[in-house]
Amino acid sequence: MKKKLLSLALAGVMVLGLCACGGETTDETSTEGTETTSTAQGAAFKIGGTGPLTGSAAIYGIAAKNGAQIAVDEINALGGDIQFELRYEDDVHDAEKAVNAYNTLKDWGMQLSLGSVTSKPAEATSVENYSDRIFALTPSASSVATIEGKDNVFQMCFADPNQGAASAQYISEKQLGTKIAVIWKNDDVYSKGIHETFLEKAEELGLEVVSDTTFADGNDTDFSVQLSDAQSKGADLVFLPMYYQPASLILAQAKNMNYSPKWFGVDGMDGILTMEGFDATLAEGVMLLTPFNADAEDEKTQNFVKTYQEKFGEVPNQFAADAYDCVYAYYEALTNAKATPDMDASTLCDLMIQQFTSMTFSGLTGTEVTWDATGAVSKDPKGMVIENGAYVGLD
Amino acid sequence: MTFLSFLISGISLGSIYAIIALGYTMVYGIAKMLNFAHGDVIMVGAYICFYATSRYELPPLVGVILAIIVCTILGIVIERLAYKPLRAAPILAVLITAIGVSYFLQNAALLLWSSNPKVFPSVVSSGNIPLFGGQLTISYVTLVTILACVVIMVALVWFTNKTKMGKAMRACSEDKGAAQLMGINVNGTISLTFAIGSGLAAIAGVLLCSAYPTLVPTTGAMPGIKAFTAAVFGGIGSIPGAMLGGILLGIIEIFAKAYISTQLSDAIVFAVLILVLIIRPAGLLGKQIREKV
Amino acid sequence: MKKRIRWNKTTRNNYITYAVVILAFVVMQAMVSAGSISSTLKGMLVPICAYVVMAISLNLTVGILGELSLGHAGFMSVGAFTGVTAAVALSNHVSSGPVLLIVGMVVGALFAALIGFLIGIPVLRLKGDYLAIVTLAFGEIIKGIFNNLYVGLDSSGLHMSLLSDKTNLDEAGQMVIGGPMGLETIPKVATFPIGVLLVLVSLVIIFHLVGSRAGRAIMAVRDNRIAAESIGINVTKYKLMAFTVSAALAGAAGTLFAMNYSTLVANKFDFNTSILILVFVVLGGLGNMLGSIIAATALTILPEALRQFSDYRMLVYAIVLILVMLATNNDTFKAFLARLIPGRKKNEKEVV
Repeated sequence: MKKKLLSLALAGVMVLGLCACGGETTDETSTEGTETTSTAQGAAFKIGGTGPLTGSAAIYGIAAKNGAQIAVDEINALGGDIQFELRYEDDVHDAEKAVNAYNTLKDWGMQLSLGSVTSKPAEATSVENYSDRIFALTPSASSVATIEGKDNVFQMCFADPNQGAASAQYISEKQLGTKIAVIWKNDDVYSKGIHETFLEKAEELGLEVVSDTTFADGNDTDFSVQLSDAQSKGADLVFLPMYYQPASLILAQAKNMNYSPKWFGVDGMDGILTMEGFDATLAEGVMLLTPFNADAEDEKTQNFVKTYQEKFGEVPNQFAADAYDCVYAYYEALTNAKATPDMDASTLCDLMIQQFTSMTFSGLTGTEVTWDATGAVSKDPKGMVIENGAYVGLD
Repeated sequence: MTFLSFLISGISLGSIYAIIALGYTMVYGIAKMLNFAHGDVIMVGAYICFYATSRYELPPLVGVILAIIVCTILGIVIERLAYKPLRAAPILAVLITAIGVSYFLQNAALLLWSSNPKVFPSVVSSGNIPLFGGQLTISYVTLVTILACVVIMVALVWFTNKTKMGKAMRACSEDKGAAQLMGINVNGTISLTFAIGSGLAAIAGVLLCSAYPTLVPTTGAMPGIKAFTAAVFGGIGSIPGAMLGGILLGIIEIFAKAYISTQLSDAIVFAVLILVLIIRPAGLLGKQIREKV
Repeated sequence: MKKRIRWNKTTRNNYITYAVVILAFVVMQAMVSAGSISSTLKGMLVPICAYVVMAISLNLTVGILGELSLGHAGFMSVGAFTGVTAAVALSNHVSSGPVLLIVGMVVGALFAALIGFLIGIPVLRLKGDYLAIVTLAFGEIIKGIFNNLYVGLDSSGLHMSLLSDKTNLDEAGQMVIGGPMGLETIPKVATFPIGVLLVLVSLVIIFHLVGSRAGRAIMAVRDNRIAAESIGINVTKYKLMAFTVSAALAGAAGTLFAMNYSTLVANKFDFNTSILILVFVVLGGLGNMLGSIIAATALTILPEALRQFSDYRMLVYAIVLILVMLATNNDTFKAFLARLIPGRKKNEKEVV
C-alpha cells in the first residue's frame, strides 16, 4: 500500500514536471551547459536533431551534435540575417526514444530538422518529418528506407547501397584482390545494407567472395573464427563494412594470428587513427572510401579540425563533418531562398525541397554536392589509404 | 589443427568469462544477490588502469594495483550506500538497485571519460608461443589469463575453506541469523565479500581489455551478462563451478561460431545453457538442495 | 436508512484500478481533443499503454505466480513480429486500421501464448535464479532468431527463410521482416483508445484469473509449493496457466507497441527492455496491478521529463531509481508515510 502511495506521488510529480518543462522549453536556447551557445539576436531559425548522446552509440550522436554546434556558432558570429538556434535531443539509438525526442523538438518549435544521426531511429523519425511537413537533412543516417518515399527527407551521407557498390567497383577496377572475405555486423542496418549490395556487385563484376562471416552486438570481441575462416580459404583482401571500433579489434587480432591480407573499409572506418592509444602500424595499408579526412590540407578542413579540438578536445570524425556540412547547406539554401525565421515549418519545407533539388553545395565532405528528388546525395567518395599513420589519397 | 586452434580461442575467451564469473559467484554465494553492476565495475577498473598506464605512464603493474585499489573502494562504497540499507528488503528490490547502480556507473563513465573508444595498452607483453612448429599459437595474454584464473580460483577456495574470515563467509551464506548468533559480524563479512569481488573485477577488467583492447563505457555490460550466465551454468555460488562454466561457455561460443553459424552463435550458446539447466537444474557443479517439508 | 454496499477489499481495489485507468483515459482524451497536450506526451500515449500491459502481465508472473522472469521482452518481440506480419498480410484485404490492429494483437497474443506454453513446460521446473537465467536466455534466443529471419509477402503468399534472404519475391512483393533490418513497413494504426481498451481487457483477464479458483491455486503454489502439492493442486498446470496468460498479454502489447512505429528491430526487445519492465513491476509493488500501471507510466515519462538535464539525464534517472528503491524499503520513510495517511498502517508489520 505504501509503495502504491509513493508511486502515486511520483506519478504526480512526473506529470507536473512534464507540464512544466513542456511550457518552459519553448524559450530555452540550448540545453548545453558546457558549450557557449551564441544566441541569435532577434529571431533565429530553430534547427533540431536527434542522436544517441548516451549509450553504446553515443560517440556518433555526440560528434554530430558538436559538429553542428560549431557550424551554428560560426554562422551566428557572422551576424548576418540568418541566425540559428540548435538543439539536439538524445535518442539512445532507439526508434521509440527517437520519436519521443522528435516530439520534444516539435514542442520546442523546430522549423528545420537534422533528422536522426543513426539509421534505424532516422527511419522512424523521417516518417514523422514527412507527415508533419518538417524538412529534414540527416547528416549520417545512410539507409535507403530513411529517404524512401519521403519528398522532404534528404541525406548528407552516401546511401549504404552506393557504398557497397562503389567499394566492389573500386576493388575490381584496381584489382586489389582476387579472393575476398567479408566480415559484417549482423544486427546493424548500416553494415547489412553495405554488405548486401557489395555481394551483388561483386558477383556482377566477377569478384570471388570466399568467406562471408558475421558478428553481432553480444559477441563483438572475439573474431578468431571469422579471421581463421578468411585465412584458411586464402582470402587476400578482407572487406570490413563496419564502424571502426570492432574493426580495430579485428586488425589487432589478425596481427596476432600472423594474417596480413589487404584491408578495405567504408566510411565508418574513419576515426580509427584518432582512437586514443591506437597502434597506427596495425592500420598500415588499410584502404577505405570516405568523404571526410581530418588530415586534409585544405583550409576549411583544417579550421574545422582546429576549432573542434579546441572546443571538445578530440579530433572530429566523419559524423561531425557531415553535421557541420548540414548546417552550412541549410545556411546556403535559406540564403538562396530568402527565407525568414518567421516562416512556418511547412513553408520552409517547400522552399527547402525546391532549393536542395537545384543547388550545388561545397563542404568538408565533398565539393559539387547535389541532391536528386529522392533525397539521395551525389558526391564523390575519396579513396584513402593509411600510410605511416596518416591518410593518403588513393587515385 | 583448426579444431585445436578454435579450442585455444575458446579457452582464451572462456578464461575471461571465468574470471568475471568468479566475482559474480562470490557475491551471490554470500549476499544471495545478482550484482548486475559487477560488469560495470570491470569497466571502471579498466579505465583506471588505462589512465594510469597510458596518460601518466606508470608501469603496468602499478596500473593494475591502482585499479584493484580503486575498484575495491568503489565496491565497498556501492555496498554501503546502495545495498546495505536494503539488507532486509526483498531480493527483487536489491536487484533493481543493482541495475540502477549499473546505469549510474555507465553514464558517469560516459560523462567522465567520453564515449570515444580508447585502445587499451596490454599489460602483458604481446607475442605468441608457437606450438607444433608454428601451426598453433597461444598468445601471452591467454596464458596469463588462464594462469590468473587458476591462481584466483585456488586462492578463493583456500580462503573460504581454511581462513577464519572465509569460514565466516560460508557461515553467512548458510544462515545469516545463526552466523550472527555465533558472533560473526555479518555486515562486515558481506562488505568484505564485496571488496574481494570488486578487486577481482578490476583484474578481470584489465585482462579483458588486454585481450580485446577496445575500451568504451559499455565495455563491461555484455561480458557481465555472459559471465553471469557462466556462473549459473557452472552452478552459482560454487567457485570451481564459475571457472568451469566460464571456460565451457567460451568454448561453446567459439565452436558454435566455427561449426554452425556465426549469425546464430549467441542463440546457440543460450540454447545449450537451457538444455544443461533442464538436465541439471542447479548447474554443473551446483549443490542440489533437497527440499525439506 | 442508508444502505451500504459492502465490497471486500480485493473487489474494491479492482474497481479503483479500473476507475483510475478510465479516468486517466478521459482526461487525456479531453486534453488531446482540446489540443492542450504537448506532442511529446501525445506521442507517448500508445507506448505507455503497451508498457502498462507489459508491466501488469509480468506482474502476473512475478507477483502472483512468484517466479522471476528476465525475458518478458521476448514475448513482446514474438507478439510484435507475428502480429505485424499478420496485419501486413491482411492489409491488402482490409483497410480499416482498428480491425488490422485488433487482428494483429490477437494473432500476436496467440503466438506469444504458444511460445510461452512451449517454453514453460521444461522451464517452469526450475527454481528461482535458475528460472530467471533461463528466461533471460530465452529472450536472447528469440532476439537472435528474429535478427536472422526474413519474411516477405507477395501475390503467392508469405515467404520465409532463415539466415539469408531467400524469399525471392515477385515484383509486387514486399519485405515484412528483413533480418537485422527488422520490421520495415509497419502500418501505423495503433491508437490511444485501443491501447486503453487493451489495458482494460488485460485487467479484466488478470483480475478474473486471480479471483478465480485457479488464481487461488496459483497463489497457493507461490506461497508454499509443497503444501499446495500435498493438497492435490496440480502445480505444473497452474504455473503454466499463469505463464501462458502472461505471455499472451505481452504478445498483444508487443503488437500494439510495434504498430505505433513505422519500423522496429529485434534488438529493441533485449535484456534491457525486460529489465525495464521488471523495474516497473518491482517499483509498483508485487501483485499490485494499480502500482504497476502507475510505475510504468511514471517511469516511461521520467526520462522524457528529465530532458532539461541534458547530458546528465540518464545519470539523474539512475540516481532517481536507486533513491526510490532505497526510500520504498526504508522503515523510517515508511513510518513517515504511515503518519501522513492514518489508518493504513495496520497489518503491515506483523511478519518479522
